[in-house]
This record gives sequence, structure tokens and C-alpha cells, in this order.
Amino acid sequence: MTPLLEVRGLTKAYGGRIGCAEVSFTLWPGEVLGIVGESGSGKSTLLNCLAGHLAPDAGQVIFDTRGEGPRDVLAMTEPERRMLGRTDWAFVHQNPRDGLRMRISAGGNVGERLMAVGARHYGEIRAQAADWLARVEIAEGRIDDRPSAFSGGMQQRLQIARNLVTGPRLVFMDEPTGGLDVSVQARLLDLIRGLVRRMGLSAIVVTHDLAVVRLLADRLMVMKDGRVIETGLTDQVLDDPQAPYTQLLVSSVLQA
Amino acid sequence: MSGTDYNFAYLDEQTKRMIRRAILKGVAVPGYQVPFASREMPMPYGWGTGGVQVTAACLVPEDRLKVIDQGADDTTNAVSIRKFFQKTAGVAVTERTAEATVIQTRHRIPELPLTEDQILVYQVPIPEPLRFLEPSEVETRKMHALEDYGLMHVKLYEDIARHGEIATAYAYPVKVEGRYVMDPSPIPKFDNPKLESAALQLFGAGREQRIYAVPPYTRVVSLDFEDHPFDPSKAAHPCALCGAEDSYLDEVIVDDAGGRMFVCSDTDYCAGRREAAA
Repeated sequence: MTPLLEVRGLTKAYGGRIGCAEVSFTLWPGEVLGIVGESGSGKSTLLNCLAGHLAPDAGQVIFDTRGEGPRDVLAMTEPERRMLGRTDWAFVHQNPRDGLRMRISAGGNVGERLMAVGARHYGEIRAQAADWLARVEIAEGRIDDRPSAFSGGMQQRLQIARNLVTGPRLVFMDEPTGGLDVSVQARLLDLIRGLVRRMGLSAIVVTHDLAVVRLLADRLMVMKDGRVIETGLTDQVLDDPQAPYTQLLVSSVLQA
Repeated sequence: MSGTDYNFAYLDEQTKRMIRRAILKGVAVPGYQVPFASREMPMPYGWGTGGVQVTAACLVPEDRLKVIDQGADDTTNAVSIRKFFQKTAGVAVTERTAEATVIQTRHRIPELPLTEDQILVYQVPIPEPLRFLEPSEVETRKMHALEDYGLMHVKLYEDIARHGEIATAYAYPVKVEGRYVMDPSPIPKFDNPKLESAALQLFGAGREQRIYAVPPYTRVVSLDFEDHPFDPSKAAHPCALCGAEDSYLDEVIVDDAGGRMFVCSDTDYCAGRREAAA
């Protein structure tokens, strides 16, 4: 089997400071990889380098494209990368305001990716938008409301719908449940888990919330100071942490 | 000060060369916004400084100039610009579309089909069609470069979702020669089909420092959806003065009791029809 994403020696420095260094891993189709670590450990830098938002200093990001098989994303031209970014890839931001167009209706937000890849039939675009709103549990009657009239949890669900409408194969998530209260978090996680399993998505989830990776991730990568210090199956890493920092991280969680 | 104190058509020759280079580049790449070093003109921004500079760069002494503002030859903007070139270039002027060689326009295309011997110069307030969709100019330029125009349809989608139809009535976005999406300046969408013309069409935006062009016989397609096709609508009346049913109409309030009349916005077209009927 070909890995969906293969990362080799990815390095990004901000001047003299290290963003992330020598990160390598392989992501298989249908797999969810969690990346945990404290603030400033390089998780978001790594995710942004992978998704093409930041240009890394060294390394390769090899993605198994639909048409041409494995290709180095960093060597692609900008139009190719953009096309990938709105077809096979999706990016869910921590703050829905970064991932949504706040002045455009929910239906327009979901339809944007469709129109960006050439959909030109209003009725079909709208039907697909309505279908996706239903899948993320947003009432159909709200299709013409702007995201600014939505609650935080709804905005996050709308962002997910907007990203998944083109049937991507790889989803990047940056703290998808950050800033939501626990009951909303639980429902959102439930929804994401259901979608990921049903659509057979692969996902890379960056978070500092161990409960999130426990629920979502198959495998876990622990980062500290820009380097990967421990990898393994999620339960294995969380229940039997080896690295001192991982032990600290796991023991820092309050037991309710 | 007498007119002879100016160089021909106000601008110095170096400036005109610079503008002509921008125009040539615009003609070579239809619909592409060419940056140019826009000059201060003796009129405020928003009054046609871009159009005036393009006209100045195009004029030759043998030209016959027509200036229209919202279709009319006799409004302040049109009269002032016509006088400006009479004084600084000494060119002949006319109100007749058919007789003009250069026509500077604000917000209309003349009803009479233009010919290969004519140049139509538009005054453009905002050249960037994506301006109100994407605030970053860096990003919009990138979108033009990568032909990343999905967002334009998002705007049309929003129109239909909110109003049941594409409610954009002027400055209706077009795709030029299958490549660049262009703002045709705030002409009514009724005029959009006339953008496919035998005349050379030049667009000047003074404050925004951009020039773009649609060469003769260039394909210009108004953006739409398959199930909501482009509709060049107009008021459903004949002209109250000349009876024309095929021209774009202005609604004029004639009293304070709700009385109104619809008249041709193109004054020369209307006058010509009335002369012919008389």
C-alpha cells in the first residue's frame, strides 16, 4: 500500500529559533494522526508547513495524488498546490473566523469550494450545501444566514462542512475543539469521528487536549522544542509514556 | 492663461509615452490591469482622471472628441472634460456618436454600434472586480495570476440566495477572452453585450493607477450560472420622447405627486431618432 502522506526531514526555522526540526513520519490512508505538545512546541508550524501555508527550509512532503501518484508537494507549482488545497486537502482552523467568510451566507461558504473547482449550476450547488449542512447538524432553514449569527460550535461545524464538501482525502485540523465548552466539544468530536470513519478520511489533528487525541487519533506524535520526542499508538503513548516530557504531559491532566 | 501655454492635450510627451506603453500592454493582454504612473490632473479623483489621461494619450490633432456622462453629452462632467480638451488640445468636438473618433464615457456605452475607427475610453472608479470580495490587493493579484475566480461566483450565489436572481445591475463582472475577469466600470449590465465591439475600448482608473483594454472583436462573457443565465435587463417602458424600445432608460421624476417618465439615457441616440421622425 502507498502511504497517503510521507514527510521526510521537515525543518523550519524562524531566524535563529527553531520552529520544527527534522520531522519525519508516514500517514496511511484512513489513519488519524494526533500531534500533541505544549504551546510553542512547533505543532502549528509543522501543520502549516505540511498544508503549504508556510514554506519549510528543508525536507519533503510527499502526497499520493489522485492523478499522478506520489509527488513532492513542496516542489509543486502554486496553482497545483492551490488546486490540491481545495480538492483533496482540507484545513480546519482553530478559530472558525479564520476558515469562514463571515460576510457570506452559510450556503455560500459551503459552496465556495465547489465553485472554485468549476461548479456553475446554482441549484446543484445549493442542494449540496443543504445536504452538507444537514450532515453537520445545522438546520436547513439557516442556509442563508451568515456565520456571524451562528454560535461558536455551529461555526466550527460549518467550517467542517465547508471543508469536506469536495470530498477531500486528507484533513488538517488545528485545535478543532479549542474555545468550545465541554458539551459542545463532545458533540463536535462525535461528529468529526463519525465523518472521518464514514468517509474514510485521513487526518492530522494538532491539539494540546489529550482527550481529543484519545478519542480521534489512531497514532500519536509528541513534540517538544520543535522535535518529535515520542511516537506510537495513541493508547500506548498515553497509558505507558516513555519520554519524561510525555510522562509529565499525561500526569498533568486533571482527573475529573 | 491661454490654451497655448499647455502641451498638446495637457500632458507632457514623456507622460503620454508612458501611458501609451501601458495601453499597448493592456491591448496585448486583454482584461489585464496594467499599473501606470497616474498623474495629478486638474480635477478631483473620481471625476475621470484616469479616463482623461488615457484620452490625452490617444488624441491626435485630427480627432473629433465626444464626451458622455451617464449617456448624456450635457452634464457637468461631460461638459467640463469636453471643454478641457477643447482648450488644451484644440481638437474638434461633437455630440454625435457616429462622427466621433474618440469617445470618453462615464458609466454608459453609446446605443449606436461603434466602428473600427473609433476608440471608447471609460472612466473607471474601481478597476479590481474582486475588491469587495477579497480585501488584500496582494491576494487579488495572485488570484488573477492563477485564474482563481471561484470567489466571483460566490458573490453571484449570494445575490441569488438573497434576492432570487443575480441582483448585480451595474459593474457586472465579465470574463475577457476566456482568461481575465474584468470590471467593466459601472456600466449597467444592459450594456454588457455591447462590450463585444468593433471599436477599441480602453479603461483608465486614475486614483487606482490602472489601465486595461478590450481590443476590437474580443470575446467578452458575462459571468452567470447555468440555471440563472445572464439577463441584460432594462426598465420595461418605451422612451417617452423618442419611443425607442431597445435603449437603456433613465427614470425621471417630473413632479412631487409621483409623476415620472422614462427617457433614453443616451441623449444623442434619442435626439437622432426624434430628428429622423420629424
